[in-house]
Amino acid sequence: MLKRKIILLLIFLCGLWLPLPLTAQESLKVFTGAEIITATGENYHDGILIIRNGVIESVGDRSQINIPSGAEVIDVTGNIIMPGLVDPHSHIGGGDGGDRSASLHPDVRILDSIDPRSDTIRRALSGGVTTANVMPGSGLLMSGQTVYIKLKPANTIEEMLVYSDEANEIYGGLKMANGTNPIGQSPAPGTRARSAAMVRNLFIQAQEYQQQIIDAEGNEDEMPSRNLQMETLVEVLEGKRLVHNHTHRHDDILTAIRLADEFGYRMVLHHVTEAWKVADEIAQSGYPASIIVLDSPGGKLEAEYLYFKTGRVLEEAGVDFGYHTDDSVTDSRLFLRSGAFGIREGMSREKAIESLTIANARMMDLDDRIGSLENGKDADFIILSGEPFSVYTKVLQTWIDGEKVWDRDKPEDRKYATGGYNVIQRASFGHHDYLNRGGN
Amino acid sequence: MRVLKILFLTCFILSLFNTRADAQIAVIGETVYTMAGEPISNGVVLISNGLIEQVGTTDNIQIPDEYEVFRSEIVTPGLIDSRSVVGLAGILNQEHDQDQVEMSDAFQPELRAIDAYNAREDLVKFILRKGITTVHTGHGPGALVSGQTMIVKTAGNTLEESLVDSTMAIAITLGAGIRGDYSTPGTRAKSVAMFRQHLIDGREYAENRNSDNPPSRNLQKEVIADLLEGKISALVHVQRAQDIMTAIRLQTEFGFPMMLEGAAEAYLVMDEIKEASVPVIIHPTMVRTWGETQNASFETAAKLKEEGIPVIFQSGYEGYVPKTRVALFEAAIAVANGFEFMDALRALTIDAAYQFGIDDRVGSLEIGKDADLVLFNGDPFEYTTRAQAVIVDGEVVFELNSF
Repeated sequence: MLKRKIILLLIFLCGLWLPLPLTAQESLKVFTGAEIITATGENYHDGILIIRNGVIESVGDRSQINIPSGAEVIDVTGNIIMPGLVDPHSHIGGGDGGDRSASLHPDVRILDSIDPRSDTIRRALSGGVTTANVMPGSGLLMSGQTVYIKLKPANTIEEMLVYSDEANEIYGGLKMANGTNPIGQSPAPGTRARSAAMVRNLFIQAQEYQQQIIDAEGNEDEMPSRNLQMETLVEVLEGKRLVHNHTHRHDDILTAIRLADEFGYRMVLHHVTEAWKVADEIAQSGYPASIIVLDSPGGKLEAEYLYFKTGRVLEEAGVDFGYHTDDSVTDSRLFLRSGAFGIREGMSREKAIESLTIANARMMDLDDRIGSLENGKDADFIILSGEPFSVYTKVLQTWIDGEKVWDRDKPEDRKYATGGYNVIQRASFGHHDYLNRGGN
Repeated sequence: MRVLKILFLTCFILSLFNTRADAQIAVIGETVYTMAGEPISNGVVLISNGLIEQVGTTDNIQIPDEYEVFRSEIVTPGLIDSRSVVGLAGILNQEHDQDQVEMSDAFQPELRAIDAYNAREDLVKFILRKGITTVHTGHGPGALVSGQTMIVKTAGNTLEESLVDSTMAIAITLGAGIRGDYSTPGTRAKSVAMFRQHLIDGREYAENRNSDNPPSRNLQKEVIADLLEGKISALVHVQRAQDIMTAIRLQTEFGFPMMLEGAAEAYLVMDEIKEASVPVIIHPTMVRTWGETQNASFETAAKLKEEGIPVIFQSGYEGYVPKTRVALFEAAIAVANGFEFMDALRALTIDAAYQFGIDDRVGSLEIGKDADLVLFNGDPFEYTTRAQAVIVDGEVVFELNSF
């Protein structure tokens, strides 16, 4: 009797589990009728997008591609399909970072503080964001490790992680900041020069730690004792983990470049308010730049010269650049708007597409998997009602790994796009209540 | 005789400096939104002496040779930002350029906006370049009564050059928007009790000042008396539904003219707002959704409008970045979320002018009105459209280099 119950229970459990992998395995979807913007420079006016098991099988013009038999055909005539938006700088998910006990926290992981059920993540989906670099704030010189996540519904943050380096278990970068934000009362630095000295001191320690590891030549007894801070910085020094460096003023941008050059780490410049003043220097340095667009200049001393023209100037200078939301500083629902404001001041439309997708994937070492619609890449894409850079255009659907994760036609999804009563319940932070969260 | 000569020479030299203000301008637009009747295709607006001289089409208006001609795709009246703090709040966001809220006391209706306005402030010139020619600015939300507001043109280098109406309203905040660092009020109920007592005292003052034995002057009570006599308005910053109802309750009790400002949860109490027949200066559409505005929606403006409630747009107040918003950009997001295109243009021009009682001067392109125009290179609400030129009082105060 008991045995039979167990068997029944097993059958029941199997019933719960089996359909998921099966449907995922069998999935074959074909999208027809849309204009497809691939973000590789190639656009298809009457495009076909074929998704098998969450991966792009092929993309091209209707005349070039045969629709495989047995596929689910989804007619999206009149709409535009483009890659899911990649936000290289976001604070969704209500996470935090290092605290006031020190200014340098390379050991701290935002992974350990994010709420995967946060409404702010759902809301970002409604704006077409499929992957984000979620970071601790800018109130510290090093506020901690960031996470690269796909915004698909999940119970745990682990399910959302996107690895930039699977072998070395890297799924994020290291947040750093210079300029006024990390300056304050001790133990924070009091000046810009002190800020740079503190960062350099720590990297020198990390170089020594790295040398001890090299000298050990794999001999366990010779290895230095484990140090979480040093381990992370060695990943940075080895180029496995990118530095995401908050920086606004032209001289602070150059300081960030100076330090990265000195220690040889790979870095993305973030915010870059005054990049238009030092565009050639940035181009020469080779570091990519991630721009924030705000509706007006000002609000803090370093944002006094924030202009919409930065995208155009960086395009002309040949810098690899993109945009970010810095959500909640700007709203993920309006991420496309940032690219549009670049176009407004003379940036090319092609660059605007790249600056919200593939350029940002490059800044997270994820361009082999996401950021453009190409064969073999993850099927992360959005369906738009029209021209991406028109105010009137709506994100209709957001797809991640070949699954529809947001649909404007569903009221329970649509509410995240519009807002309303009790829609956002798990947005715990404002910009002022805790400096180490968020940050522009 | 010599004195006359000098006088003549002086007049002559002065007139040289004065030529721009007297400039005669013809603006030709593929579409001219006059906001007084249907849009005009191939429209012409003639400007002389700072005022609109003629409005018509290229067919029926002969442009005199001496007029400087400007062309663009879309022409609208100068836009009106219905609630801002620019000029009191400055771009740097440092103590020395933030005059929008006095922290010594939570009730200071006697503070005049005109005594704190910096006409040369970068934020003022920034919104000017976006097409905002008139702004309702002054003391901000954050105190029970933070002070007065006023109407100015965004052009001009002094308050006196810019001023349209020195005393538009007193800025009231109800709800949790009152800053926590005042010794009192510390709660919603206390705020209202304090305000009611001030209104009762003000009513007594109003009666006495009209009597044979007037009391000695009291700046604070004078302002409250003016409010109760309907000479100025109550600009009530409220977001939560219960605070909107409190504002309506106070207005019903004391009968002052009122405008609701913010009103993030207005969609919950639309019948009540309509019944009270008060206009709503809707919160910036893109306001961040936490705290008092947690429940804000992109669709509120459209819902209120559909219900027949007058809605106008604001740039609002920001404590951090961006230091100001742009009322045009906020209206654009409302338009993308159900607010009709023409309704939004009206809200940014003639409707706002009407609500502030300045529609005899601004808000539409009609003969005799101030020559405030914006020349756009496309749909004014599109992200990629720019104001190519802005004209205030007949003077071209902004021109894109490439234009």
